[in-house]
Amino acid sequence: MATTSDREALAGVKDEYRYGFSMPEEYVFKSRKGLDHEIVDQISDLKNEPDWMREFRHRSLDIFLSKPMPTWGADLSEIQFDDIYYYLKPTEKAGTTWDDMPDSMRNTFERLGIPEAERNFLAGVGAQYESEVVYHSLQEQWTKLGVIFLDTDSGLREHEDIFREYFGTIIPPSDNKFAALNSAVWSGGSFVYVPAGVTVNIPLQAYFRINAQNMGQFERTLIIVEEGANVHYVEGCTAPIYASDSLHSAVVEIIVKKNGRCRYSTIQNWSSNVYNLVTKRATAAEGATMEWVDANLGSKVTMKYPAVYMMGPRAHGEILSIAFAGEGQTLDAGGKVVHGAPDTSSKIISKSISKNGGRASYRGLLKVAKGATGSKSTVVCDALLLDDRSRSDTYPYIEIDEQDVQVGHEASVSKVNEEQIFYLMSRGLDEEAAATMIVSGFIEPMVKELPMEYAVEMNRLIQLQMEGSIG
Amino acid sequence: MTSELVIQNLHVTVNDGEKEVLKGVNLTIRQDEIHALMGPNGSGKSTLAYAIMGHPHYTVTEGDILLDGESVLEMEPNERARKGLFLAFQYPVAVPGVSMANFLRTAVSNVRGYTDQQPTSEDGRPGVIGSNLMPMRDFRRELLDKMDEYHVDRDFAKRYLNEGFSGGEKKRVEILQMAMLQPKIAIMDETDSGLDIDALRVVSDGVNKLAGTGLGILLITHYQRILEYVKPDYVHVFYNGRIVRSGGAEVAHELEARGYQSVREEFGEPELVTA
Ligand SMILES: Nc1ncnc2c1ncn2[C@@H]1O[C@H](COP(=O)(O)OP(=O)(O)OP(=O)(O)O)[C@@H](O)[C@H]1O
Ligand SMILES: [Mg+2]
Repeated sequence: MATTSDREALAGVKDEYRYGFSMPEEYVFKSRKGLDHEIVDQISDLKNEPDWMREFRHRSLDIFLSKPMPTWGADLSEIQFDDIYYYLKPTEKAGTTWDDMPDSMRNTFERLGIPEAERNFLAGVGAQYESEVVYHSLQEQWTKLGVIFLDTDSGLREHEDIFREYFGTIIPPSDNKFAALNSAVWSGGSFVYVPAGVTVNIPLQAYFRINAQNMGQFERTLIIVEEGANVHYVEGCTAPIYASDSLHSAVVEIIVKKNGRCRYSTIQNWSSNVYNLVTKRATAAEGATMEWVDANLGSKVTMKYPAVYMMGPRAHGEILSIAFAGEGQTLDAGGKVVHGAPDTSSKIISKSISKNGGRASYRGLLKVAKGATGSKSTVVCDALLLDDRSRSDTYPYIEIDEQDVQVGHEASVSKVNEEQIFYLMSRGLDEEAAATMIVSGFIEPMVKELPMEYAVEMNRLIQLQMEGSIG
Repeated sequence: MTSELVIQNLHVTVNDGEKEVLKGVNLTIRQDEIHALMGPNGSGKSTLAYAIMGHPHYTVTEGDILLDGESVLEMEPNERARKGLFLAFQYPVAVPGVSMANFLRTAVSNVRGYTDQQPTSEDGRPGVIGSNLMPMRDFRRELLDKMDEYHVDRDFAKRYLNEGFSGGEKKRVEILQMAMLQPKIAIMDETDSGLDIDALRVVSDGVNKLAGTGLGILLITHYQRILEYVKPDYVHVFYNGRIVRSGGAEVAHELEARGYQSVREEFGEPELVTA
């Protein structure tokens, strides 16, 4: 048993975690607050971009300014667009060391068991010998195979032809207001190109891009998987992400060509001041498979619906999403699958957990276009409520323009079951540990899809989230 | 010191006090003793088991439950488990997504006190979550040994707790859990029901083995059958919320021969009491 003083000490620590961490920051350049064409020009100048990209940014800004705020989904009315810095260029030199890190942050890393290379990256500790070596040796292997894995800015600089061919084609700026915003001010993110027939057998992890900029506010990721190629990309990690600016709006575009395969796994745990509004979309050609595994914790508001457009016969799309909403948080997550060709198949599995008055919703679109005969889709969304104050809603939109299809939809909402709690408590677990175990079991079907080390961290993260949930 | 569980004049209601199910139970179980408890459906046997373990739906209105002289009534179920009480459930509950191994490691770590220490890192700050559990290798070895000993297939370590287990598999796994948690006093609620003859033997062997190592057992059963393998020191007849008859093995034989008719004649039909 933890003594009372242990509990108090831990409770204190936990409160700090909730706000994530902040590091002393040094900038080479910081734009002024607010957004207009001048800021866009500054960004383009600093990045020394080709004219087409500059024009793309300006065009996107016009679209952003002209589009109304979405009125569906979560409440976004409190976002102060004029009060945000849209571009920060971090210093080249690493100004901090592991020892400079705030205690609360070190404690969190410790408790989640985050490996050192990753910690250093997250802490912005910069060029660390070990991880550099890992990165470079992987980089060499990839280069031999013709695989490109760079931060997006370098991608544009070094591979402009490929970049230009695909950039903005899956998610045009006109797609939605936040995609337009990202298109105007994007910076950072990953650029991945996997040539035909190549299987990358180690997951590409964003944190290996150690020389690149840290996770940005307006990241932009572009992944191209050529015919018969196969890649697993992993974004994020379990550590809480502190953001001084409260708006995070990323765009991820993925192209999976014939018989190719791509899996994109995300774990994100934002501090509770963040609006996390992300557009993620992939196209899957004939026989191709696209899988999104998307776990979202924290934030003030998250709106995220990874999409798969199945454009060729027998393409397959899969979306596994987890949302965990705590006090004062709205997580509106789900997925979109569009069947645009015959014999395509898709599966959406969504698991949401709400506690302490949090609100987690599933919002999904299933569309079967005319001519997509023989298509099959299953949607399963399960919600688990930890108390009576919390809430879960389901908004499944289904548009089917073809007769010959099979569509299944199941939804369930359950409360943590008292008999399960009693059973586990009778085996020595206290109530919180029992509830935590039930929650871990609830999301296990998705967690087991994550690479081993992330799965382990994810379970620890759930324990961290569950602390103080009971009583 | 031999442990003992003393149940004194125990009255228990369910449904927020609407119904009194236990109406004054008295029973003492010491380590190394096997007590069989037999009684008709609905007489309150499981209620007694739940009340001993501290199920929140069962309210003790009178009397006491003492383990080694200390009342457990104010203790949470997990504290009771740590003090050495164990309940093998009549209907074990499934917990989807939680592997047996993970569950048992957490349970054993709690009951054996590993989790009394908060995880700490080398430099004294909070350590990795879960690093205060029983070391994985020790745990695995012990679990696999016990699985072999109690004839539970090793594959069950990876399976989700009680999910999709057959009736008999659930019961065996309850015995496995009991063997891992090493309680002082165990209540086994119809652990023999639904077992085939081999499983019955495995379960009985398990009970006998554990009973010889300082475990006191309350074996709730409907059948004479298990008593051919497990020799109880005492047999109690439970009827309408109390023990109405106690004795040796002959009590069970008598019940087997005559059913509960004589008990009914002597003590009358249970009335539905609304407190
Ligand atoms: N949670 C509950 N809510 C309402 N009634 C209950 C509850 N638990 C037990 N009871 C009632 O109390 C009585 C005793 O039930 P209990 O399960 O203890 O019987 P039992 O002796 O174990 O029966 P069986 O041999 O069928 O297992 C029954 O009438 C039952 O319906
Ligand atoms: Mg019963």
